[in-house]
Amino acid sequence: MGTIVSILVLVLFLTAILTGGYNKKFLQRVQGSNMWDWLTTVDHKKIGIMYLGAGGFFFLIGGLEALLIRVQLFYPNNDFIVGDTFNQLLTMHGTTMIFFVAMPLLIGFMNVAVPLQIGARDVAFPFLNALSFWLFLGGGIMLNLGWLFGGAADAGWTSYVPIASNQFSPGPGVDYYVLGLQISGIGTLIGGINFLVTIINMRAPGMTFLRLPLFTWTTFVTSALILFAFPPLTVGLLLIMFDRIFGSHFFDAAMGGNSLIWQHLFWIFGHPEVYIVILPAFGIISEVISTFSKKRLFGYNSMVFATILIGFLGFMVWAHHMFTVGMGPVANAIFAVATMSIAVPTGIKIFNWLFTMWGGRLQFTTAMKFAVGFIPTFVMGGVTGVMLASPPADYQYHDSYFVVAHFHYVLIGGTVFGVLAGVYYWWPRMFGHKLNERLGNVHFWLFFIGFHLTFLIQHWLGLYGMPRRVFTYQAADGLTWINQVSTVGAVMMGVATLVFLYNVVYSRKSATAASAERDPWDGRTLEWAIPCPTPEYNFAQLPKVRGLDAWWMEKMAGNKELEPAEPLQPIHMPSSSYRPILMSLGFFVSGLGFIFRTIEVGVLGLVMVFLLMFTRSFEQDHGYHIEVDQIKEAEKGA
Amino acid sequence: MIGRVLLTFALFALLLSGCQQPRMSVLEPQGEAGQMQLDLVYLSIYIMVFVCVIVLAIFTYVLIRFRQKPGDNTIPKQVEGSTKLEILWTVVPIILLAILAVPTLKSTFTLAAKPPKAEQPVEVKVTAHQYWWEFEYPELGIKTAQELHIPTGKKVHLELTSVDVVHSFWVPSLAGKTDLIPGRKNTMWMKADKPGTYEGRCAELCGASHALMNFHVVAEKPEEFQKWVKQRQKPSSQPQTAQEKEGKKVFAQNCMGCHAIDGAGLKGPGNKGPNLAGFGDRDKIAGLLENNPENLNKWLHNPQNVKPGAHMPAIDFLKKKDLDALEAYLESLK
Repeated sequence: MGTIVSILVLVLFLTAILTGGYNKKFLQRVQGSNMWDWLTTVDHKKIGIMYLGAGGFFFLIGGLEALLIRVQLFYPNNDFIVGDTFNQLLTMHGTTMIFFVAMPLLIGFMNVAVPLQIGARDVAFPFLNALSFWLFLGGGIMLNLGWLFGGAADAGWTSYVPIASNQFSPGPGVDYYVLGLQISGIGTLIGGINFLVTIINMRAPGMTFLRLPLFTWTTFVTSALILFAFPPLTVGLLLIMFDRIFGSHFFDAAMGGNSLIWQHLFWIFGHPEVYIVILPAFGIISEVISTFSKKRLFGYNSMVFATILIGFLGFMVWAHHMFTVGMGPVANAIFAVATMSIAVPTGIKIFNWLFTMWGGRLQFTTAMKFAVGFIPTFVMGGVTGVMLASPPADYQYHDSYFVVAHFHYVLIGGTVFGVLAGVYYWWPRMFGHKLNERLGNVHFWLFFIGFHLTFLIQHWLGLYGMPRRVFTYQAADGLTWINQVSTVGAVMMGVATLVFLYNVVYSRKSATAASAERDPWDGRTLEWAIPCPTPEYNFAQLPKVRGLDAWWMEKMAGNKELEPAEPLQPIHMPSSSYRPILMSLGFFVSGLGFIFRTIEVGVLGLVMVFLLMFTRSFEQDHGYHIEVDQIKEAEKGA
Repeated sequence: MIGRVLLTFALFALLLSGCQQPRMSVLEPQGEAGQMQLDLVYLSIYIMVFVCVIVLAIFTYVLIRFRQKPGDNTIPKQVEGSTKLEILWTVVPIILLAILAVPTLKSTFTLAAKPPKAEQPVEVKVTAHQYWWEFEYPELGIKTAQELHIPTGKKVHLELTSVDVVHSFWVPSLAGKTDLIPGRKNTMWMKADKPGTYEGRCAELCGASHALMNFHVVAEKPEEFQKWVKQRQKPSSQPQTAQEKEGKKVFAQNCMGCHAIDGAGLKGPGNKGPNLAGFGDRDKIAGLLENNPENLNKWLHNPQNVKPGAHMPAIDFLKKKDLDALEAYLESLK
């Protein structure tokens, strides 16, 4: 408690110093500042950028952890980082990359692109959208606090019990994991619902479901997956929390509990999670390939169908992560066949991308390079996935470096390549200038080669008997040089990331007012039809959609603008709110309270959350209107 | 381009498998279970290479053929799709998967079947501890640790459980892994065709020294295995020299709370640590260090330095004389 009070006092002092002290104009000054604008915004475009920024920051942390892991594995019996510290590294690397990099980056793009793609002015619930973001950020910071106070989580990103129980992981590490994921999980769940409602209700006139851009479709299916996949995780985390903090015995075999329950709950969430982070990447790839091939997506309907099918089957296969726990041959056989069947819709997608490019006019921008690099890489990850689906063979692959190689092919070759394609593709829409293409080229090749250097060879590492999550191996195992090659590749990926960061700075510096083009890639979907920078109301008049690739159709018909579906009229906008960040702070305080076993603080934080919700019910806030002449002014300026 | 990269790596792999010792490779199985698993690995690799080749061929062709030519600004034909092609790339994968699924199911059931009594399988109970392995032969009345001795040409039926966290039993060149879970009993079988020493690993994150929870399987011809069984059933655990006698006393005072030594006549020995009968015959200390007096000294002085998080306390408080006696006694256990 004392610590919290002193931290609060320190924060107040810092605020006072940074803002020039309290006086009558203090509030005005704060509310007029740029910082306040971002902290309280409910604008999907800004929230999207914040998601991307925070996800990018965690990507650097997770990447650094990966590099440390690879450095430790450079020599056999190296003693750079061993034992429990290494376990903390691998746990934090996995947890950070899945929950606080892959998901927020993709959700960031959903925010940036989906409302624009469906011709909407914002998401359905802008306030909740902001809340989602702040809860995610709160959870991410909480997880990483472990590095500073008391040790980070060390039971693997899967956090299997009993290794994650008090007895075998004393200290707050796993508590940070449990509470951090719980808090960010609430945010993700809210976000999933938000996007479902948005896509169902907010589509512009004429934007039927089978005219939705594929990225919107994948967002839709992903949101449904979030809706059904996160509750099992929430339940599982709650059970662990009770075991750890309140002394229950759900997972303690000695007291009649069963540790396998956690594995089932985790993977019922965990496998759909894999699709949560890959489907939106599929969407991005579809947009990019279609745009830079100058062709509509080949087999659009079957692409949509395949996406839905993958999402559905994704719930039927969780136990293939558990072939070795002794479920018996019947269960193993059923889950094996179910798993293999996912290869069919995935294959459909691959061929549809290839045939979208077939007969096109391919422009190799950096975005397109990442999208094209994605295809063979993801195919590699996909085929090893089918190999893993065979239980007898999986008894050998399971928990070895073969699996490590497989899921990095899927998660980097799939998700990260997709995200990077999206970064280069949507950057001009977000920031009003392109990223430098020459630096982008260097970034792509370094990253692409570094990636394959790191992970291709790890397939063999697994087949030669190296289990995953080990901090060392023996010189006699004959694994040394493979590990060294892998480490060199990882360093290359690190350098590539530095090149990208330089590119961001460089491109921003060399951007001029003239570099703000509204349609720099000759795009096909609605987000490229509106002025750049995007006005806060997105569309002055909601557009009328006449077919798939609505903007492309208008351009082909010789139109310079979208046809409006409504007269120019005042636009209703939601007001920004300081509540989401405060509610997240309430959850954060509460989480810290439970982690340090001061239940009073835990309750206090929750009271803060409920008070904020309660008072909001009585707040008279109808938002505000942007008047017609203001809109005209803004549109003329652009 | 990509194809060339893959080819280079494939060549590397060939090179690599050439110089790999068979002690820890999935690719060079030394018994029936491992062979069955490898057959499936290869079958799936053949199918998948076929898929990859097709995808890469189309991919490469498309990238070269349809690259934008300088000055070309034509708008390509906007193709909606092709039902024929769609059906083709739905049906062909289904057939390929069926080819993989049938033998997969067959092996899944074969590997799960308990070896029939008629084959007289060797029964072994494996119990995993943070960070060591306990092997008990209930039919033979033997308890040992870290070294699993098995006869060649015979199925070994393992019953696996854990006393603390989840571990996973893996001997890559003999058979795939099975998890050891507290409160559950899993089973698996394996068989070694040729005599040899095969490396084993723990494959499930089990704590600080997960990476060092190594063991090995010693496969011997049936006659030699019988000899080993006899020796283990009547271990020479009694001290011979004066120093060893002194060592046994030190053991009784300091180590007996956790460690038993079969045949030494200790009163009420503990069972938290490995049974040390036959310690002098084992190749490795703690499954990790070469078994010699110097390493024994190192291990006793600071077990956490060798295996971080090991539960054994450091035995660094003994007088040099007592320590020497203890070590002499331990090394005399055969």
